[in-house]
Amino acid sequence: MIEYGVHVLLVVLFPLLMLGVIGRVKALFAGRQGPRLLQPYFDVWKLLHKGAVYSTTTSWTFRAAPIVSLATLLTAALLLPLASGSAPLAFSGDIIVFAYLLGLGRFVTMIAALDTGSSFEGMGASREAAFAALAEPALLLALAIVCVSASAISFHEVYAALPWGSWGVPHPEILVAVVVIFGVLLAETSRVPVDDPATHLELTMIHEVMVLDHSGPDLALIHCGSALKLFLFAALLVHLLVPFPTDSLWLGALVLCTGALSIAVLVGVVESSMARLRLVQVPQFLVGASVLAAIGLLVVIVRGAQ
Amino acid sequence: MIWPFALAMAIQLASGIAALLFRRSNRVALAIGSAGSFIASLIGVTAAGQLLLSGGSAVAAMPWQLPVGELLVGVDALSAFFLLCIYLVSGLSAVYAAGYFGDPSDSKAVAPKAVAPKAVAPKAVAPMVFSFALLVVSMAGITLARDGVLFLVAWELMSISGFFLVTFEHERQEVRSAGTVYLIASHVGVVLLLILFMLLAQHGGGFSFAAITAAGAPGPYLANACFILALVGFGTKAGFWSLHTWLPEAHPAAPSHISATMSGVMIKLGIYGVLRVLSFLGPPPLWWSVSVIGLGVVSGVLGVLHALAQHDLKRLLAYHSVENIGIIAIGIGVGLLGQSTGAPVVALLGYAGALLHTLNHGLFKGLLFHGAGSVLHATGTKSLDELGGLGRTMPITAVTFLIGSAAISGLPPLNGFISELLIYLGAFRGAAVLQSEAGQSPGTVAALAVIPALALIGGLAAACFVKAYGTIFLGHPRTAACDGAADPPPGMRLPMIIGAALCVAIGIWPAAALRLVERPASLIIGGAEPLPPLGQFVAAIPLVALVLVAVVIGLIGLRYALMRNREVAVGPTWGCGYEAPSSRMQYTAASFAEPVLEPFAVALKRPVHADLPKGYFPAAANYEQHAVDVIAEYVLAPASFGLLSALRKIRVIQTGHMQLYLGFILMTIVVLLVWYLPGGGG
Repeated sequence: MIEYGVHVLLVVLFPLLMLGVIGRVKALFAGRQGPRLLQPYFDVWKLLHKGAVYSTTTSWTFRAAPIVSLATLLTAALLLPLASGSAPLAFSGDIIVFAYLLGLGRFVTMIAALDTGSSFEGMGASREAAFAALAEPALLLALAIVCVSASAISFHEVYAALPWGSWGVPHPEILVAVVVIFGVLLAETSRVPVDDPATHLELTMIHEVMVLDHSGPDLALIHCGSALKLFLFAALLVHLLVPFPTDSLWLGALVLCTGALSIAVLVGVVESSMARLRLVQVPQFLVGASVLAAIGLLVVIVRGAQ
Repeated sequence: MIWPFALAMAIQLASGIAALLFRRSNRVALAIGSAGSFIASLIGVTAAGQLLLSGGSAVAAMPWQLPVGELLVGVDALSAFFLLCIYLVSGLSAVYAAGYFGDPSDSKAVAPKAVAPKAVAPKAVAPMVFSFALLVVSMAGITLARDGVLFLVAWELMSISGFFLVTFEHERQEVRSAGTVYLIASHVGVVLLLILFMLLAQHGGGFSFAAITAAGAPGPYLANACFILALVGFGTKAGFWSLHTWLPEAHPAAPSHISATMSGVMIKLGIYGVLRVLSFLGPPPLWWSVSVIGLGVVSGVLGVLHALAQHDLKRLLAYHSVENIGIIAIGIGVGLLGQSTGAPVVALLGYAGALLHTLNHGLFKGLLFHGAGSVLHATGTKSLDELGGLGRTMPITAVTFLIGSAAISGLPPLNGFISELLIYLGAFRGAAVLQSEAGQSPGTVAALAVIPALALIGGLAAACFVKAYGTIFLGHPRTAACDGAADPPPGMRLPMIIGAALCVAIGIWPAAALRLVERPASLIIGGAEPLPPLGQFVAAIPLVALVLVAVVIGLIGLRYALMRNREVAVGPTWGCGYEAPSSRMQYTAASFAEPVLEPFAVALKRPVHADLPKGYFPAAANYEQHAVDVIAEYVLAPASFGLLSALRKIRVIQTGHMQLYLGFILMTIVVLLVWYLPGGGG
């Protein structure tokens, strides 16, 4: 019971801290002092206490989307092991359900963007659709690498079959999967070099323009959702890379949080040291990730055939 | 066990003939036809469902004799499953048709402004009602046939009744040409099926399926030949890529409930044919599975890409049929892979996924075509860029269409996800099993290729349906066509609501639907060892769905509590400072699809005809782009022109002079006489 409690607490409280860390790292690189580490919490708190503005064009779809989108991420969060080796909802095939729940969240966000009837949001939705269609194969290929290496189709079996250090000699392809998942993380959580979360009104951005018309509590839910998505991908990476104590829940939580924050720092470094790709190059980035994952899978096949 | 189906077929046929007798009154003809189809569907669905749950099979000989032997009918789990799909979808479509062609005053009563159905010409519908009954009866006949002759007769009846349905609005030139394309494609397929069944009959010593089965698995050459003939012959009906060109012509031409039935079940009989013939051919070699998976992947990806490039709603849906047939083929390929590598659980997951997707596609594609028909009924157009904002005026159509859209995109917690999940599980399991065995690399690669392909197809399908739903139902109306649009009369609403409800029900509680596919899947796999129950693979889905719904409800409560005493301002969508936005400035379907299609320029030809603005004070400008079906344009068109010009050379003998023709006859007789003279009349 207590591990479920820790799981839920992590999901609810931790993700926004990652946004704070990314902000600080970027500020550090820019030579600014930067916002407080807890600034995202204050932002969400403030938004939760505001009223809302709705466009006359929008319908119930627009109001439902932030809720459904966050709900898909919260449900997905229950499928992913966090502080321990297994999740509250663990079953054979949970990896696929996880990936498709993220897809559902994206679907409703795009629908809500089109509900405003604005070209800006239509443009954002269209780009999101284009890049998501290419990110999805990359993510599933990366997950296929770990699944085939571990001969399992659920997170807890995979983690159990790939103990600490197995990305060294026995399963070097895990490192390929990690690189690909990090690339998908950057694309899915709308980070540089795919998207720029800092711009709000330029023709270059994707995710932020889709949620342009959301305000108040709706926007707070959306912010929580994007932070949670970042946290989920980070947790996935941490579990593949770092040893997890099977006996101590608190140590596991500590490892996870440290790992997730390190990934937040890494994302901050990438955002500070890279320019955003031109839009036409984003598909190349994502297809490149798929190709890399396919090479990783070839390694698995060749090793199995020997 | 066969009599309920015989009864259903008799009722349906009788209602079709009765509709012809009462052809003077459209209302009466429709009422009789739809009632007959509905009753037949009730009987058919009940009987098929019972048979699938309880098991069992039966064969009966028909009492008359033909030169080719007696006609055999029978039913087993595979037949029963396809009968279930046929009667479910056709029953919903029959109810829909009653509303669609019913008295126009129905729609006036609902619409605030008097809107006559602009798309439907007031013409005699009795021939269509009869053809629809004949189509359903012949489809049922195909699944019940237990010998090749009856099978082919029913197949031909299905194709021809389909032709009369496609050409219902034959006043329009494009409908007539669509009908011709459909007829030619059907008959090219039938030629191959004829050869296929003659080969099988030669092998089995008779056309009856029992004889063919009893003769045992044919040798490798014959088996391979039969496999290719079945794949191409049945694939023409199913609409595998490169054999699909009739689909995007015929589906938009037919009335919507016909499109729903044709796309929802008729093309699936191609899948039935492939599965039935595979059961005669013995254990499959690996290359069959690799080629079926390859065909499925190509159909899936190219089908959805072409769908994205369409601006006509029904054409878009037709290309999605190609995509979904691709997904079904991928499932069959995974099933074959499991069979050829001795992994029965992989085979079970693959075939179960393929069969469930057959049912699912019937449900959501039927729903989507019915939705498209309602939009056409209300606005008179199916061009995406003339629509918009219909979600306000047609709320029921919008919600059901949205459920269908999410289901066809394979999103949880809806039925499309369940069938794709089974195929994924089969592929993952197959790859994991095979990669550790020596010499199984081709099989492993095939299994692994399924994973990114399904992901890509799902992502592109989601993009396509966001585009379609967003352009039709969200935002502002783009043209006056949307004025006064309203939800269709109850007769049309009900099938959409039932379809959407079934999509949700199978998605949330898949174990029940999987009990229906369990027996047919194990029938295809054969083998003595018992297979694990399918329910275990999706046991956690209801819980996940429940959690999702609970979280949504919780968040709705939270939002309600937060917003209770808050100020909510309402205003126009922010136009970034622009003061006079018009509805034409909304993002169009074409703009939405552009960045999605751009990376796939290699696979999709989209020629541009542009007259771009020139100079400092540009006058009118023009930009047109349309997607070209590569197969139709660059393969079939040159091929048929080549064939025609070759045949034209023979036409020199056709001069129109009677004397010359008589001369030809005389010459033929003389030649024959000369031939036979030396042999002495041998």
